Formats: sequence, C-alpha cells, structure tokens
Amino acid sequence: MTYQKRSKDQLAARVARDIHDGAYVNLGIGMPTQVANHLPEGIEVILQSENGILGMGPAPAEGNEDFDLINAGKQPVTLLKGGAYFHHADSFAMMRGGHLDICVLGAFQVSSTGDLANWSTGEPGAIPAVGGAMDLAIGARQTWVMMDLLTKKGESKVVQACSYPLTGIACVKRIYSDLATLECTPQGLRLVDKVEGLAHDELEKLVGLPIAV
Amino acid sequence: MINKTARSVAEALAGVRDGSTVLIGGFGTAGIPNELIDGLIAQGAKDLTVVNNNAGNADTGLAALLKTGRVRKIICSFPRQADSYVFDELYRAGKLELELVPQGNLAERLRAAGAGIGAFFSPTGFGTELAKHADGSPKETREINGRHYVLEMPIYGDVALIKAERGDRWGNLVYRKAARNFGPVMATAAKQTVATVHEVVELGALDPEHIVTPGIFVHRIVKIDRVATQAGGFKQAA
Repeated sequence: MTYQKRSKDQLAARVARDIHDGAYVNLGIGMPTQVANHLPEGIEVILQSENGILGMGPAPAEGNEDFDLINAGKQPVTLLKGGAYFHHADSFAMMRGGHLDICVLGAFQVSSTGDLANWSTGEPGAIPAVGGAMDLAIGARQTWVMMDLLTKKGESKVVQACSYPLTGIACVKRIYSDLATLECTPQGLRLVDKVEGLAHDELEKLVGLPIAV
Repeated sequence: MINKTARSVAEALAGVRDGSTVLIGGFGTAGIPNELIDGLIAQGAKDLTVVNNNAGNADTGLAALLKTGRVRKIICSFPRQADSYVFDELYRAGKLELELVPQGNLAERLRAAGAGIGAFFSPTGFGTELAKHADGSPKETREINGRHYVLEMPIYGDVALIKAERGDRWGNLVYRKAARNFGPVMATAAKQTVATVHEVVELGALDPEHIVTPGIFVHRIVKIDRVATQAGGFKQAA
C-alpha cells in the first residue's frame, strides 16, 4: 500500500486541531510557529512569547514593523486586544510554574518515554545555545513535539534512548510527525493516528520500536 | 533632593571598575541599551563578566564590546546566532569563557540576586549537560514532592545597563512593549543600575499604578535621543 506524508501545512493543521478553546500556548521557533496559521475558527487561544508577550498576534503588514514588538525568533509581531507585556522572570514563571497549557517544540530526537533532545547535536566545537528550550520542555503542562519522523538519512528521530544531549527527561507527551501522531508514556509509545495507507507494522519498522494501539 | 538624572552616558558610567560583572538588558532588537554599551567601551573598564541573553550580533553593541578584548566571561542563554561571529571567534580561540544558562534560569538567578535569595532549586535543566558546574562536576540536586530540581545560584551584578522608555528623577521607570524583557529583573540585581530613557518626566507624571521598576532599584537615568536607536518604537527604515 502507498501512503503520503503530511505536508508542513497539514502537520501544522493536525497539531492545531488538538489545541482547545481558551488554551495558553507557546509555539517554538521554526516549524511550530506555523501552527498559529491553522488554529480552528471560533476558538480563542492565547499565544505566549518567552520574551514577554501574552496575546501575541500575527506579523504586521509590511511597513508597520515595530522592533520593540518581536517574538522569540526575533521577528516583528503584533499584540491582540487584551494582550499584555511582562518581564523575563514572569515569563519563565508562566512556564516553570505550570501556567502554560501547551508548548509545541521542534526536536532532534524524542525517546519513547518522552525524553527530549532539541538544543544541541553534541558536535565537538559547535557553539552551544539553549535559550528557553529547557524551561519550556519541563514547564508547560503538555509538551508536544512537531517534527519529521525520520532524518534525511531515513533514521527514526523517535528512539529508545536519545543519543544527543538531553533538553528534558520524560517531558514530551505527544509527537506530531509527518507520518503519525504518537503518545509518549512511561510504558513506551502509543499510537494516536497515522497517515492513510501506512500499515501499523510498517510504522513500527520505520521507528524500530513497538507502538501500542 | 534626589536627582538620578545623569547629564551624559559618560557621567552615568564613571564608576564602572575593572573586574565588574555587567548585566546588559535586551532581547533581539528590543531593549538593548546600545548607547550604554558604547559608553562602556569608551569608559574602558576591563576584565569584565557580561550577562546578556545573547552574545552580540554583527560588529556593533555587545559584539563591539567583546571585540575590545575587555570581556573575560559571558553568561548567556543563546550565544549562537547567524551573525555572532565576533563571539564565535573569541570563544573558539579560548579568549572568552562561556557559562551557558537556560534562559529561565538566567532570569530567575538574576531575580534571586535582587530578592536576596541565597540559592534556589529549579526543575529546568535537571538531568542535562547544563546541570553541571564549569569544571564538569554535577550541581547539587534534590527531589522535592516527587519532582527533581537543580540548585541554582544567584547572579549578582556590579552594574546593570538597561533600556527603558520613560523615567523620572527618582528613577522610576516604564518600558515599551517587549523591550521590557530583562530590564526590570536586572535592575534589581545590580549595585548600580543605569537606565537609558527616551523621556525624563516630572515626578508624578508616571502613573504610580503603572510604574514597572520603582526608583529604589535605579541609580542613574540618562536621556538618549529616540532617533538614535533602531528599537525606539520607530520603524527601522525611519
């Protein structure tokens, strides 16, 4: 049987579908930012940005950029009515204190029990950088990862144990990928859904780990 | 009479000593006290430890300060940027020590310093490479109510350089949008806090319900020209 991978837009829409009305959400830099463009109509979701914004709105029209109003990726954004500004210690209290409902992050690797590696490939000589990744990963009530299931070489990014340096331990609840949505549990992976035409045993073969149904 | 208004950046920075720990506010294009960084370069203090979220971009601001070779160590969360080549080169050459700190721990360590907290247990970074001291030994950890934490120490500043929007002669400050970022926390954590403002207003002109940093945390304010900054609420092209 043949199957088609979820496109970037389809994947963003898949993540967005699971975000509930009234949720406080932090979208990580990169692919997760796209989720904002796919939030279902008719619900209110409040986006947090680590640099001190709640109620973050979309990018401004060209020419209206305000460089005092940027997101964590340092791109100009807007503020929705009802939005608020705050300092960094408050911003990270929102994460660490469990006030954020959901954060969506990219990843290099996720283990079947939810360990996350997304800040460093551990290459010798590389300039390290971590930003808010570790605070977000362990802080939000639910940490979701959004990524391609396989590397460009075809290796699974969902692993038994991360080989890259860890960002957090047992912190990922769900993995949204281009082939399947998986839940990380203390007992291992559990299937939420997969693309049409992809057989369960085929998915397990790609991941190299058992996936409970 | 209390008057914290300095006539110039040079006057505001006159007391910075060699060996100081300098907290520098800003995140991305917002809230970077560029005039104060330039002033620090002109002032000449050396053997500095700098605390900032990043480690400088291109050749100006913090990158220019690093380039002078007067910074011994930088404490930050995200040094690697597309244009962080000044830092990259110094770091690779072993001329600049780096303490990499998760961003929230950075903010909270500053907050702890300002609030008189001796140390605190943070869940961030537990079980990772960043739960280690510079010599590679593990930081103290503790399990509290079934959750794992790492002991984190305060970061005390000798000087904080921050950018605010408006201030009065008592040092009360308000900020503008996301330019607030590290400013209020760093202001509390340093012995000497210097803030640039675009406007110095009369006492009472700032709504007391809206003052973000009360003047007790601020020692000097300097008015700088709004046009001179890229991130003063003006479009970059203007």
